[in-house]
Amino acid sequence: MLETEQPLRVGHRLWHFHGGLKLRHWKKISMESPLTSAGLPDRLELPLRQNIGEVPMVAVQPGDRVLKGQQLTRTNGSVSAHIHAPASGVVTEIGTVRAPHPSGLEFPGLVIEPDGTDGTCYQEPISDWLNADPNLLLDRVFHSGIVGLGGALFPTHAKLRRSEQRPVEVLVLNGAECEPYISCDETLMRDRPREIIRGACIMRHMLNARQCVIAIEDQMGVVEQVLRDALEELGMSDQALVVKVPTIYPEGGEKQLIRVLTGREVPSGGLPMDVGVVCQNVATAAATYRAVALGEPLMSRIVSVTGRGVQQPCNVEALLGTPISRLTAAAGGYTDQAQRLIMGGPMMGLSLPDDDLPVTKATNCVLVLTHRDVSPVAPELPCIRCGECARVCPAQLQPQQLLWHIRASEFDQAEDLSLADCIECGCCAFVCPSQIPLVDYYRYGKTENRVRAADRQRAEHSKQRLDARNIRLEAQKKQRKERLARKQKALAEDGKKSEIEAAVARSKARRAQRDPEA
Amino acid sequence: MKFATAGAPHVPAPKSVHWVMLQVLLALIPGTAAYVWFFGPGILVQITLAVAAAVAFEVLMLRLRRQPVSPFLNDLSAPVTAVLYALCLPPLMPWWTVVIGMGFAIVVAKHLYGGLGFNVFNPAMVGYVVVLIAFPREATSWLPPEMLAEHTISFGAALMAIFTGELPAPLTWDAVTQATPLDVIRTGATQDIMISEIRSNPLFGDFGGKGWEWIANFYLLGGLYLLFRRVITWHVPVAVMGVVIVMTLPVYLFDPGTNPFPLQHIFSGGIVLGACFVATDPVSGAASPLGRLVFGGGVAVFTLMIRRWGGYPDGFAFAILMMNMAVPLIDRYTRPRVFGQ
Repeated sequence: MLETEQPLRVGHRLWHFHGGLKLRHWKKISMESPLTSAGLPDRLELPLRQNIGEVPMVAVQPGDRVLKGQQLTRTNGSVSAHIHAPASGVVTEIGTVRAPHPSGLEFPGLVIEPDGTDGTCYQEPISDWLNADPNLLLDRVFHSGIVGLGGALFPTHAKLRRSEQRPVEVLVLNGAECEPYISCDETLMRDRPREIIRGACIMRHMLNARQCVIAIEDQMGVVEQVLRDALEELGMSDQALVVKVPTIYPEGGEKQLIRVLTGREVPSGGLPMDVGVVCQNVATAAATYRAVALGEPLMSRIVSVTGRGVQQPCNVEALLGTPISRLTAAAGGYTDQAQRLIMGGPMMGLSLPDDDLPVTKATNCVLVLTHRDVSPVAPELPCIRCGECARVCPAQLQPQQLLWHIRASEFDQAEDLSLADCIECGCCAFVCPSQIPLVDYYRYGKTENRVRAADRQRAEHSKQRLDARNIRLEAQKKQRKERLARKQKALAEDGKKSEIEAAVARSKARRAQRDPEA
Repeated sequence: MKFATAGAPHVPAPKSVHWVMLQVLLALIPGTAAYVWFFGPGILVQITLAVAAAVAFEVLMLRLRRQPVSPFLNDLSAPVTAVLYALCLPPLMPWWTVVIGMGFAIVVAKHLYGGLGFNVFNPAMVGYVVVLIAFPREATSWLPPEMLAEHTISFGAALMAIFTGELPAPLTWDAVTQATPLDVIRTGATQDIMISEIRSNPLFGDFGGKGWEWIANFYLLGGLYLLFRRVITWHVPVAVMGVVIVMTLPVYLFDPGTNPFPLQHIFSGGIVLGACFVATDPVSGAASPLGRLVFGGGVAVFTLMIRRWGGYPDGFAFAILMMNMAVPLIDRYTRPRVFGQ
């Protein structure tokens, strides 16, 4: 199926992926202002769940003084990511904090009140990183709490492990942030290209990848030249290739980008590694560089604060845990028409109930939309099977059929139609003339399928336990039987029998001596 | 600051069902104008009558089904059904037959199956087939194109004919109606008359019937507009017309004396209207690109079979209804490959 025999060459041509949308970019509005800082807030709220996989546990006590960069967590899992203190200060609360989620629900977390001093607790810089032991680098990335900063939050170290069986042919640095409005990666590439390139070299060394490409969008203007210049200045032009890809949403999706760059499709349910590719976000590469070469763990990130609902859209560097209200204030505050607050972009972002929620590792964008942006053009109507959704679906699914099955609670059928391959990009819902919130249905269907799978697993587990119990009881019964049989056998033996009789006679005699009247 | 939450995507769809249906209505304007040009204003009366009846039945059914009336009326699906239905009818068909067919289309074919999006059969074709079977005389009383007609029928005369069944003196029904080109071919073929001889009848134009071929051209223009606005995809029209050509060309080449040439087939009867506007109906048609090719091909095959061996001169409506039945099967076996599988 895959031409794994042929060496994979990237950059000489691009492939297409099915579907997708050409959307209005809305990126210029936040790119015109320079990158600013959100500063040091009075309170940093850090939810523990900021990664896919195992949630780390708190390793500090309330009242502890912590230094900037100090690791606050411990974890047993290998797919997990640590949390570090974004500033020096005091841990005031360990319990729950509100996380940026539409529900506004509380999640386990901790609160740090910064003291304004700049005491740091960084790790030892690894200066000769190009010759360092990959395992040492892997450990450093793990202990720096780095996760996929494109929003996926997959622990980065888990994607940087060398494998002898499956060599990595291409390391892709994803700078194609295809969702409208978001420009944090573009800002990073424009302002800090060297960090990205050095990070790419570290990652390439760790993976022993044959090639490295930095994929950017063709609309990104100066970024291409900036990256090329930086490569030349660093003398690393042979290390990485800058490739421009057409701006089609959702081209920044890992599977779509790999398809466009290599022509290979990540198999359904598989990983990019299966086609010899590892894909990392450009901001993740920069964070890796800082962790390795400067010893700095992941403590802050660049966030686009944009949309027609803020006065002065811009990009802001914010410490993790900074309240979103501080970011919108840095963007000049809300306009009168501010209507919806979104973490992420307009296609996949989460709608937030208020702005008193912390920035997390996933917060690439704070988008404030106005009434003009969000009002539907028509009421929701039944599906007319027009097929627009199937035409734009990058996963080549049949969205209208999935909708039909999910509405009828036929989750097995939806699973047969590869519901699990849906990447929730929102293209289908965007083009639906009946204005059906299709992605909501797919999330619901996926959750149902997960719950049912978990139920099946639990049932299977209980059955195994019951079987084990029955076997155990059976064995015990057998043992008892055997013991009894042994005893009886022993009794049956004459010698023993007479011994016992003798013992009984002796005890009778003794009793008679002691108590003559009896 | 507090905000109301909502699901993604946060930017609304640029298109609506209303917009889609409006495009279909706009795309039918050139064909309708050509129809009026060649066959007089009667068709306008039929369209108005059908739309009024459709809207009335739609409101009635929405009320009965306790559905909100305004969003569903505003989707314009009922007027689209009505116009497509009316364009299948003879221009002077009596008003009550028009209303009965329309009622069957909206009440039975659409709402009893669950309303917009749930109808298995194309409602316009159901309505047309009902009047064709129930009122064969009324539903086949066609007029000749105006350049061949001895009497032109004015708007007033058309109104009178439709609503009273009487023609203003000195016109008589026998004098104004005439067989369609497909009727002529059909009767000619049963009498073993050569196609070339049949085509010497003044009813025939360059490809199909005089007048009819031009109307078909304008329908095609409307179809191209829908393609351009991305309301339809190319698959169904190309499959219908392509399969008609592929099937009729060999027999025509083999024996041009008794078999009409392919363009004759395409430009007569309902093929162009059906291929561009009816078989492309998403609700009752196949979903995937391959499925649409199969659907369109099936429509062409059934149409030709009915024209050749069936009891009706044109079989387009029947062909579409038969393929509507096959849609679940087609959809099941023409699923596209999922990314990464």
